[in-house]
Amino acid sequence: MTRSRILTLAAAVLAIAALWATLWAMYAPIPAGSREQLFEIPAGTYARRAAGDKVEILPTSIRLTLGVKDILVLKNLDNVPQTFGPVLIMPGQSFRMPFGVAGDVQFECTAHASGQMRIVVEPAPDAGWRRLVWRARHWL
Amino acid sequence: MKRLAAALLFALPLAASADALKSGEFSPPRMAPGFTLQGSTGKPLKLSDYRGKVVALGFGFTSCPAVCPTTLAELAAVKTKLGAQGKDFQVVYVTVDPARDTAERMRAYLTAFDPTFVGATGLDAQLAAVRKDYGVSVTRTGSGANYGFNHSSFVYLIDRSGKLRALSPYGRAVDDVAHDVRVLLNQ
Repeated sequence: MTRSRILTLAAAVLAIAALWATLWAMYAPIPAGSREQLFEIPAGTYARRAAGDKVEILPTSIRLTLGVKDILVLKNLDNVPQTFGPVLIMPGQSFRMPFGVAGDVQFECTAHASGQMRIVVEPAPDAGWRRLVWRARHWL
Repeated sequence: MKRLAAALLFALPLAASADALKSGEFSPPRMAPGFTLQGSTGKPLKLSDYRGKVVALGFGFTSCPAVCPTTLAELAAVKTKLGAQGKDFQVVYVTVDPARDTAERMRAYLTAFDPTFVGATGLDAQLAAVRKDYGVSVTRTGSGANYGFNHSSFVYLIDRSGKLRALSPYGRAVDDVAHDVRVLLNQ
């Protein structure tokens, strides 16, 4: 077998593998798992803040995906109440919030030094291009 | 607008098991903060008087142009959907506008939605304390006689034992709210 034939064959194999991977990423179902995304507000958050420490416990932006991770669970392990939008979460308490519509919204949140938290709820990654983009974003 | 967007984001909860609440849920639930205010019935309104019923607690004002009438109309529809169980479902609406919302005015307003709905008013300081206990935010808007309020539009669901169980966002489907109330009534 000549060198050029070997290279052609290798390129063909790579192309087929890439095509297979792309089709798999577009159409393979997303493994079922917990749809909850847990965030904890650690003990001492308020005290550290009061002492001037600009500690960021939660990400300023939380990204959820409908049908995959679309239940936000906030657990307050601090020893003072924390406010998340209209929700007052007492010490030791959790708030489980299912989302049903894609969107982008900001909440007041006392667990953030900025007092704000952004939640982005992405549409369900339906089979096809949307699922491919979703997988790419989670792999990269 | 931000609050409306937040509410709409919650608007269509995902499918879940029959007993799971579709609203935002507290775990473990704590006792709903108690209060005694002036009731629209003309008598003092004590939240704990409604133990044994599932209470939908909302905050608003009778001059509210959109959110409050929509919420109350939907709660009335929920009560209708509950059928015979509706007798154990109590709507309590606490005003954020005590200057205009007298007990008489609240009675006239609320009973237009359902004769069993009750309102609560009181002194500014009393109402502010209740709002603080529930994490309710209110901002006055406008000026002169045409002032209004931006206020939290969520409805708090309190179970028969007086525990604060869930928050139902503005714009939720009547069927979903009725589902959650039914779950709480059947516990």
